[in-house]
Amino acid sequence: MFDLWDKVQQVLHINTPRGFTGGIVHQNQYKITGGDSIVASPLPDMLVHPIKQHIGDPCEPIVNVGERVLKGQMIAKAQGYLSVPIHASTSGVVEKIEKHLIPHPSGLGLTSISIKPDGLDEVDESLHPLPNYRSVDIVELRERIRHAGLAGLGGAVFPTFVKLVHDQKHPIETVILNGIECEPWLTCDHQLMIEKAHEIITGLDIVMYLVDAKQGIIAIEDNKPDAVTVMRKTLKDMGLTDTVEVKVLPTRYPQGGEKQLIQAITGKEIPAGGLPLHIGVISSNVGTSKAIYDAVCLGEPLTERIITVSGDAVPKAVNMSVRLGTSVRFLLAQVGVTGFDDIKIIHGGPMMGELMVDADVPVVKASNGILAMHKQSIMRAHHDEEPCIRCGDCGEVCPAGLMPNLLAQHCKEDQFERAQDYNLFDCIECGACSYVCPSHIPLVHYFRYGKGQVAQIQREKAFAEESRMRSEKRDARLAKELAEKEEKRRIAKEKKEARAKALADKQAAEDATLSVEAENANENADKGVAKAVDKSEEAS
Amino acid sequence: MEFLYPVFIFAILALVIGVGLALASRYFHVEGDPLSDKIDALLPQTQCGQCGYPGCRPYANAVAADEVSVNHCVPGGERTMLAIADIMGVEPKAIEEEETVPVVAYIREDECIGCTLCIKACPVDCIIGAPKQYHTIVADHCTGCTLCLEPCPVDCIDMVETPELLEHWAWPVPGTKRAIKAETRKASHEDADV
Repeated sequence: MFDLWDKVQQVLHINTPRGFTGGIVHQNQYKITGGDSIVASPLPDMLVHPIKQHIGDPCEPIVNVGERVLKGQMIAKAQGYLSVPIHASTSGVVEKIEKHLIPHPSGLGLTSISIKPDGLDEVDESLHPLPNYRSVDIVELRERIRHAGLAGLGGAVFPTFVKLVHDQKHPIETVILNGIECEPWLTCDHQLMIEKAHEIITGLDIVMYLVDAKQGIIAIEDNKPDAVTVMRKTLKDMGLTDTVEVKVLPTRYPQGGEKQLIQAITGKEIPAGGLPLHIGVISSNVGTSKAIYDAVCLGEPLTERIITVSGDAVPKAVNMSVRLGTSVRFLLAQVGVTGFDDIKIIHGGPMMGELMVDADVPVVKASNGILAMHKQSIMRAHHDEEPCIRCGDCGEVCPAGLMPNLLAQHCKEDQFERAQDYNLFDCIECGACSYVCPSHIPLVHYFRYGKGQVAQIQREKAFAEESRMRSEKRDARLAKELAEKEEKRRIAKEKKEARAKALADKQAAEDATLSVEAENANENADKGVAKAVDKSEEAS
Repeated sequence: MEFLYPVFIFAILALVIGVGLALASRYFHVEGDPLSDKIDALLPQTQCGQCGYPGCRPYANAVAADEVSVNHCVPGGERTMLAIADIMGVEPKAIEEEETVPVVAYIREDECIGCTLCIKACPVDCIIGAPKQYHTIVADHCTGCTLCLEPCPVDCIDMVETPELLEHWAWPVPGTKRAIKAETRKASHEDADV
């Protein structure tokens, strides 16, 4: 009876025992790399740093070609508010600053700083360690976190310092540390929690001090019992059990999504277009937390990260600690991948990762996983798109509560306004809908296409608006110039007429005087003549 | 007498409404033509004159006045045409000329003689220069209308394709690449079967 009621509840989404709506449970795909300790990747012969590795504005290079840089030295400074600087990940000489392929599905390049390592690995020590962070001013700490180039290492690379504001309007009560692995095959966060528990918890403590939060939660899924044990033990050792607790959640994808995790833990849903801090919560990835520890307590900027290197073309999948800027080709060669003709490289995880066009892309701050897959296995998983049968499975699994079937239909038909009415932009592109679709419709591809087109249309509109303004101003200016010319012409004409009139008047007056004189003269002449005649008459 | 009441009532009602309408038409009077404003807002504002009118606004006026069909805006493409047809309530008509890739003008400065003729021709004021000085085009503002090509006496202006920017890159329509891949896969399977 109760079982039946539970089932009804689940089907109707009333009081669901799951933390967030929707989501899927993957079978048998876990732990391809789990359990082995993190391997440090050796120094490659070239490190390439693209000038934009975060969400926001690109950085500006501050080094020149030929200059020697040290490990941890800032090589590109932040521009604008939503931006964090980039640091060299080893000591060496800047070889070139030009366009280089970056891990982006377009295969387009971005200005990148290439550094030839000198093998000395000399460290720039301009950032002094602040082990007693609780006695440091929070403004300075926040500036330090920005200066160290920290961006969310879970994959979204949102500048970390932006979140860490102590805002009176939205006081932060809870800091959630995201120890859910964001994608099924990746285990970099799992392994990091086992190996660097102390650093991660110290990082959490720094964040809690910065935003003045009372409560810290470390969220871990129940498929990582070893990580839970380690974290609980470390918390006890550090004496933080009063303020920080470890919460174990049932494994479900995409629980690692920020909104989903917060909903799963607090039961509060972040409003559409809102931020976690609007409901008094901030969340941070465990990798970011460790990087915060490094930046504050050790004075080390973000120059390396943990990456899961996996996929069916990799003989032995492994978690590696990799310097940012290392080429993916070099990384895969370290794990025994030699031939690249027959494999495809996915940057990210199996659900949300993007297919790379080339292996010569550098590792960036966003790289949480590199998957090398045989072409055949990708093609085997590929199916032709069939018509939608309206089964509703996609709506069932959508963690954002959208209706993917309708959204995809509208995007397909280029009805982007309708798609926006169905909240296209609340889609987090987790891929759960495409994963369950029995008709193999690439739903997320349609949403990405739709989002891109909407952005394009908005850009075109803005450009058209600007062009209209310029054109109208030009027309107004031309009209004004014309009017001024007309006015000048009119004035000139008037002046000319006036002058002509004056001249004519003068002429007339002169004529008049002349004629009077002439008349007088004539008269005189007449008189003279008359006189003469008289005289002559007299004479005769 | 009672049969006249309704007549009075309606006469008074008609008077009140009539006065109300008269006042409304005076106080809520809209300047300009709202229909042509709407159409103008849809046009891409390249001011290129390919529609046969000197700019986007005159074309919008002409369409609003039903003087010309909706399919003459080449840079606007099919989307703009459909939107205008929707507003005008007419059947969509295919655009006769082919849609072109977005371009901007570029002046080869070595050859420019500084005659300022192109500056005068530019409908959006995006050419900078002075008499006897090199001119140059502000590519960010250029609408690619090609109106500067004609007056240039030394033909030193080229139309160049705008480079694809990383931040403007958008995902292509799904299915195209996949379809090609699926085709090749099918072909290989068929070969294997044979």
